[in-house]
Amino acid sequence: MSEKELGKKWDRCLADGVIKLGTGLGLGIVFSVLFFKRRTWPISLGSGAGLGMAYANCQNNLRSHYLQHRIEAVCFRTASCW
Amino acid sequence: MLGVCLRGAHATVRKNCVRSPLTPLQSYRCYSTSRSSGASRVVALGLVTVGGGVGGTLLYSKWDPKFRAAVEKNVPYSDWLLGLALGPAPEDARLPVRKQVELNQPPSMLDKPKTDPKAKSQKSVKEAAEASGPESSLVPPPPAQSIQDECKECHKHADVSETAAVASAEPLKERPVDEVTARLVQQDQEEEKLLASLSSRLEDSLASSAKATLQAIGAQEVALQAVTQHTRKLKDAMEAEAPSDEKSTQWKELEAALAERTAAVKDATTTLSKANEALEGLKSVINQAKGQKVAAARPLILAAEENLHQMVVDLDKVVSKVRSAESEAKVVSQYTELVNEAKQQFQREVSSLTPEIQANWKGLTGKLSVDDLNALIAHAHRRIDQLNRELAEQRVREQIHIEAALEQQKVEDHKVLDAAVTTAMGHVKEEARLNLEQKLAELREVMEAEMRTQLRRQAAAHTDHVRDVLKVQEQELRAEAEQVLNSKILDQETRYRQLTQEQLDNFTLDMNAAYARLKGIEEAIDSHAVAEETAREAHQLWLSVEALSYALKSAGADSPSMPLEDAAEAVRASCHDDFCSALASALPQESLQRGVYSEASLRARFNALRSLARRVALIDESRNSLYQYFLSYLQAALLFEDQQEAPPSQLSGADLDPFKLLSYASYCLEHGDLELAAKLVNQLRGEARRVVEDWLTEARLTLETRQVVSLLSAYANAAGLGTTQAP
Repeated sequence: MSEKELGKKWDRCLADGVIKLGTGLGLGIVFSVLFFKRRTWPISLGSGAGLGMAYANCQNNLRSHYLQHRIEAVCFRTASCW
Repeated sequence: MLGVCLRGAHATVRKNCVRSPLTPLQSYRCYSTSRSSGASRVVALGLVTVGGGVGGTLLYSKWDPKFRAAVEKNVPYSDWLLGLALGPAPEDARLPVRKQVELNQPPSMLDKPKTDPKAKSQKSVKEAAEASGPESSLVPPPPAQSIQDECKECHKHADVSETAAVASAEPLKERPVDEVTARLVQQDQEEEKLLASLSSRLEDSLASSAKATLQAIGAQEVALQAVTQHTRKLKDAMEAEAPSDEKSTQWKELEAALAERTAAVKDATTTLSKANEALEGLKSVINQAKGQKVAAARPLILAAEENLHQMVVDLDKVVSKVRSAESEAKVVSQYTELVNEAKQQFQREVSSLTPEIQANWKGLTGKLSVDDLNALIAHAHRRIDQLNRELAEQRVREQIHIEAALEQQKVEDHKVLDAAVTTAMGHVKEEARLNLEQKLAELREVMEAEMRTQLRRQAAAHTDHVRDVLKVQEQELRAEAEQVLNSKILDQETRYRQLTQEQLDNFTLDMNAAYARLKGIEEAIDSHAVAEETAREAHQLWLSVEALSYALKSAGADSPSMPLEDAAEAVRASCHDDFCSALASALPQESLQRGVYSEASLRARFNALRSLARRVALIDESRNSLYQYFLSYLQAALLFEDQQEAPPSQLSGADLDPFKLLSYASYCLEHGDLELAAKLVNQLRGEARRVVEDWLTEARLTLETRQVVSLLSAYANAAGLGTTQAP
């Protein structure tokens, strides 16, 4: 079901975002705790990195379909791809 | 008629008067009178001529039957008229002439059998009658016809010219062989009967006459014997010098012999008369037999005659013997009488001389005296003288006496000779006649034999000739008959061929017709069968298509229908043409294996999809970041369009907006037009398109399947409709 794909993507996005956010947060916290003397910037950095990664992932995920086409088209045009 | 003529004449007179009144009427009257008289004269003349013609015809037809026949043949109803006037047909005119002819014939000819030739002659008579005479003469009275038949038979013996003159139409027939043989047989039979009777009579008479003759002969012999004995005895008595006892016995014997002789002679005469009667009877019988002229009896007659002759001869011989014996006896008796007379005279003389001496003087030798002796001697001398004188006289008259005696004897001899000669002549004549008859008989036989041989020769020649002629005729007839036969056969053959050809043609036509019909029937049946088959197939197809469409309908709310494989298989199985099979194979694989979604489910799904498509309406290749996502989400939240909007017939550029498209599509969906909805949905681009891709394929699938199914069903319906017979 193609309509469910988006939902699945969003699910993944969310899940990924949550994970990444959490991981980033976690790592940030960890790093902040560990390395950066409970500053907030590694948490925010981590969460932000996490969120940003999630966002990028999500976007990439959502774009993947179009990029594939582009790559194919490029390949097709240049004929240098395998 | 005269009045009419007169009126006509007056009318013409009036007309003429009107035309030219100047001319005097008198002349017209004269003219009219002359005209009328002339007309009447003409009429009278005509009547006289006609009457004379008719009368002349009648008279002449009465006289000449041929003319009458010709008239009757040529002029219709003349036979009725002539019959009225003259009486029935001329067949009877021939009868009196034939009767005369018949009378000339011997009666034996009329006794011939009439039955066999009668039928033939009837036919020939009928033919002759039909050929020549009128119809009324076809039924002559039967006795006349029988007489006719007889007369016809008589014709064969009567003059041919007469018959030709009288009966020109009737042909002369040869008497059939059986008739001839019958006649001959009858003749033979009659002859045999006659012969039998004759022979019996002859035999009887012969026997009786023979008996009588034999009796007569016997009697004559007896008489002869008696006579001879008597004469002998007499002679002995006369000449012998015996003692008196013996003499008396002799005389007694003589008397006995005489009595015997007389009896025998009487007996002989009676038997002779009887024999003569019998012979006369035989003669009369023979004459009668001769009179009947039966050829076969001739030898019998001859034999009888010979016998008669023989008997007569014997009888005559015996009679002559008897007569001679009698004559001798007469002589002897005369002699004895003379002697007796002389003796008696002597006795008388002696007695006159010596009255005492007995007659028997020979024994008296011692009793006589001398006187007596002398007297006796003298007497004896006297007697001797007398006797000498008588002797001299006798000697003198000897010649005369001898001549007289001779004369007498001659006369007697003549008589006897005549008698003998006549009898001998008669006998000889008889003998000669008999010989002649015998010779005649032999000659006749010889002649008969010769005639037979000649006839045989003639017959042989005739048969040869006839055979030759017959051969020639046979050949000719055969050739003719063969020709006729051939021509007839040819005709028959051609006709037969024609008929057979016709028959064949008819048969062929019939056969062709039947064959054509059969063919037609077969074709009809085949076409019926084919039609039924096709109908069945169509039904089957329809059923399968119905099954398929039902299978289509089996789609649940969210689940696809059952896989259409089986139904499609069934459809494919019941497909018998390319179109159908092409259609059946045009079903998409997905629908076959997985089934298709129903429209309702698609509609429901679309409704769900719609919001999603609205949300991602902004996303496409170029805009596909998250921010765009957010923006499209915002757009979807903020933009309101009609839930359902009827799509226009032509989509313009502005209509390609996703929201519009979706509303159009949902409108279409709501109105059951999945195809248009799918088309509209197909116009979506970008992410919305990606989102509805599956739905679109499903819709496409469904649409395809539905299209195929509808085509199939239409086709099945069409096929089914096509196979149903028009009423």
